[in-house]
Amino acid sequence: MAATSKGTKIAIVGGGLAGLAAAMKIAEAGHEVDLFSVVPVKRSHSVCAQGGINGAVNTKGEGDSTWEHFDDTVYGGDFLANQPPAKAMCEMAPAIIYLFDRMGVPFSRTKEGLLDFRRFGGTKHHRTAFAGASTGQQLLYALDEQVRRYEVGGKVKKYEGWEMLSLVLDDHQVCRGLIAMNRHTLELKAFPADAVIMATGGPGLIFGKSTNSMVCTGSAVSACYQQGARYANGEFIQVHPTSIPGEDKLRLMSESARGEGGRVWVPRQQGDKRAPASIPEKERIYFLEEKYPAYGNLVPRDIATREIFQICLDGMGVGGDNQVYLDLTHIDAATLDRKLGAILEIYEMFVGDDPRHVPMRIFPGVHYSMGGLWVDANQRTNIPGLLAAGECDYSIHGANRLGANSLVSCVYGGFIAAPAALEYAANVERNGADTSKIYDDELKLQQGFNDDLLKQSGGDNQYVIHDEMGKWMTDNVTVVRYNDRLKATDNKLLELIERYKRISISDSNMWATMALPHARQLWNMLQLARVITLGALARDESRGAHYKPDFPNRNDERFLKTTIAEYSGEGPVLSYEDVDVSLVVPRKRDYSKGKQEQKTTGAVAAQAAASGLPTTDGAQQIPVEGWEQKPKDLSNPVVWTQDKEKVVDVNHGQAETRGERGKGIEDAGGKSDEL
Amino acid sequence: MSTHTDRTSSTEATADRSYTPAPERQSERKFVDIRIKRRDRPGAEQRWEDFSVPYRPNLNIISCLMDIQKNPVTKDGAKTTPVVWDMNCLEQVCGICTMIVNGKVRQSCSALVDQLLKEKDPITLEPMTKFPNVRDLAVDRSRMFEHLKQVKAWIEIDGTHDLGAGPKMTQDEVAERYAYSRCMTCGCCLEACPQYDEDQYIGPQAIAQVRYQNMHPSGKMTRDERLEGIMGDDGITNCGNAQNCVRVCPMSIPLTKAIYEENRETILHGLFGWLKR
Repeated sequence: MAATSKGTKIAIVGGGLAGLAAAMKIAEAGHEVDLFSVVPVKRSHSVCAQGGINGAVNTKGEGDSTWEHFDDTVYGGDFLANQPPAKAMCEMAPAIIYLFDRMGVPFSRTKEGLLDFRRFGGTKHHRTAFAGASTGQQLLYALDEQVRRYEVGGKVKKYEGWEMLSLVLDDHQVCRGLIAMNRHTLELKAFPADAVIMATGGPGLIFGKSTNSMVCTGSAVSACYQQGARYANGEFIQVHPTSIPGEDKLRLMSESARGEGGRVWVPRQQGDKRAPASIPEKERIYFLEEKYPAYGNLVPRDIATREIFQICLDGMGVGGDNQVYLDLTHIDAATLDRKLGAILEIYEMFVGDDPRHVPMRIFPGVHYSMGGLWVDANQRTNIPGLLAAGECDYSIHGANRLGANSLVSCVYGGFIAAPAALEYAANVERNGADTSKIYDDELKLQQGFNDDLLKQSGGDNQYVIHDEMGKWMTDNVTVVRYNDRLKATDNKLLELIERYKRISISDSNMWATMALPHARQLWNMLQLARVITLGALARDESRGAHYKPDFPNRNDERFLKTTIAEYSGEGPVLSYEDVDVSLVVPRKRDYSKGKQEQKTTGAVAAQAAASGLPTTDGAQQIPVEGWEQKPKDLSNPVVWTQDKEKVVDVNHGQAETRGERGKGIEDAGGKSDEL
Repeated sequence: MSTHTDRTSSTEATADRSYTPAPERQSERKFVDIRIKRRDRPGAEQRWEDFSVPYRPNLNIISCLMDIQKNPVTKDGAKTTPVVWDMNCLEQVCGICTMIVNGKVRQSCSALVDQLLKEKDPITLEPMTKFPNVRDLAVDRSRMFEHLKQVKAWIEIDGTHDLGAGPKMTQDEVAERYAYSRCMTCGCCLEACPQYDEDQYIGPQAIAQVRYQNMHPSGKMTRDERLEGIMGDDGITNCGNAQNCVRVCPMSIPLTKAIYEENRETILHGLFGWLKR
């Protein structure tokens, strides 16, 4: 049964990369989309992504493959990601990049006129396509343009300036639509839909200041969680190693600055007051290069973050402050302008120094949530009719996300969620009962929350509560975590939740007010903050972005598991789910060596070496210093299975990896004749 | 703040000790005075209100507005409603926080107080004037997105299924297109354009997007449809050549070049386009 007489209608919440990707696919398949976004979709947070989008195209003759990309992704994620979806994403990635190329994204080019690719953190391959240093902006605009085309064609209706407040669930806990609020009039309205796709991005504002945009509150996702959606791996928050500290937010300095040769250092002498240029090379500590010779400045984000954090903790920060140099001055200005122009402008604009001539000063900042709504391999949450895609879902990135994997995961998520939502809508059986009551009931409930907030007059300030939450979360639930401080943070959150009940809305003019929507978001943020904090408290190990000095090692026996949080009146109830590690056997994450060095150890390696074939789990050989390895046969890629004793050529032998490919982008909804 | 003083807390410094090499710090200063042009709702009278926020080095306008939001009190200590404005990315890439700062249209996130005070004290903030004023500093620019529909600012791809890579291009061609691709629909060009007012002129942003799409090898194939989008009564001929647009564009988009090129294209299309039919 369809929500409208015309055909299937899917509601999408969020107009960033994931939401627009899903909208495009659904409209292309001939179905209708209601697209909800707090800001005009072209102004979504995806525009902030700078560095690029990953896809193993192997155009540089480095023996890269989608399997290698997959291996880097799960290895970088410290093996907490379910492997089949991560693999499917990596397999779709080259096609996604080529699709954006066809949609007109001005990707940087090689001399031959082909797409150029750069290196990014956590990999040794050139696999990141980029459009200047504003790739996210360009990708978002390309999708915005395509969706506008469908908007003109009548398939997509945008509700910009409408904020989702809650889902509408029927008596069987099935999602039947949503309630949204007009941010100008504060009017609440119910929107029936055959399925709802959440694509609302991350919850950075829970930490007060982060690299996220101001719409990234996680509020809508938290509303779903409070209505019964499971929230997974909430404790995994990526803190980006290089952000520019600011009064209003932390501005990202893209990893591409390191990818293009940026070097991180501090003066060898503590509190050295000299200008950076007058500190000779040998009086500098390039601490990442010294400690991680294989990856150098391009170690994954969590490691870079902790190292920068630690060296400042040791009092070695520049000028004794919490900052280190990120130095690009050894690269000529023209190259920098071509490859990093946009991000260097950001630094110049907001700090006033020219990074082409003066090393940048940076410090870690909260950047990305690996956790999010629990979804299955088809982006479906545990609530029937509710799907999720992009940063707001937990899949793909495990315990830590690799640079330039976010854009591709957003598009992948949208491309999987769209056909899954349509399939659900086509097959769901409704009993035909009158459902108008469920919309009215939910509408009344949500209106009641607004009315109560306006009546409150306890004198507490909503922005002060937000600040306190942000400060506590940043201080205690980011780079380094201690159980006693996590407990104290949860107590603080409980105190803030109590105080929330006494806030007075500071605006007496309700037209287009910012105060009431913020108050609604704040409640939801406080609930999600508890999920993050208690998830971290319960996980007594260190893995990826989650680091506890009291439990410094990864503990696969106890915690090779997804944390699942379910809402209850008393707070989150945690449970654990096994991770699907069926493709790559978890191994120790060690970036002080190249992957090959790690793999070619032990008897298995000796055996493999004797047979003349590369060893172990799927990884292609990586060129060692001074020896450029060329793939033997470009037309005939070889992928190795996990069986360490056996090597399988997928094109001739058991075509396991290929056979499982499954999700090409064409499977994600076909093209219909009409626009 | 933190309950534990024995351990240095994590990213505390991010919050408290931001790095400030600002060219000239106004270290003696205690407060920043800001005059804001306010309006309660569409149609209501505009009025000026004065505010004073604590000075810190390296402040931007957004930080000042956040201060006022937390404590909506005028300079004279009178309680008032919080000022409403739009903001999102705060990195000058979403375009939403555009307003008139010290008489000049720009994004408020990248408007740094230390520099603004050198121009004018108190600093003045006004909403853009060419768009419907929603409340205080917030405006409704949905018209600009309608213009993008009018010029069909997209590539007509055959479908989203896998058809391999797009057309080859030189880095020079890409670089020229890249300049246009950065338009964030902020509206600065329209605010500054003496010809633009409501619906009688489509304005530089849409013309630049025509240029952007028509330069692409696939976009070129539907070039004429886009040209026709800027050949109506509100079309490109309304440009008065004031060249304000290119001067105020925060992304340094070569808007006048786009207008020049598309003017030529539309003339040719007007003269010879009928031959194709």
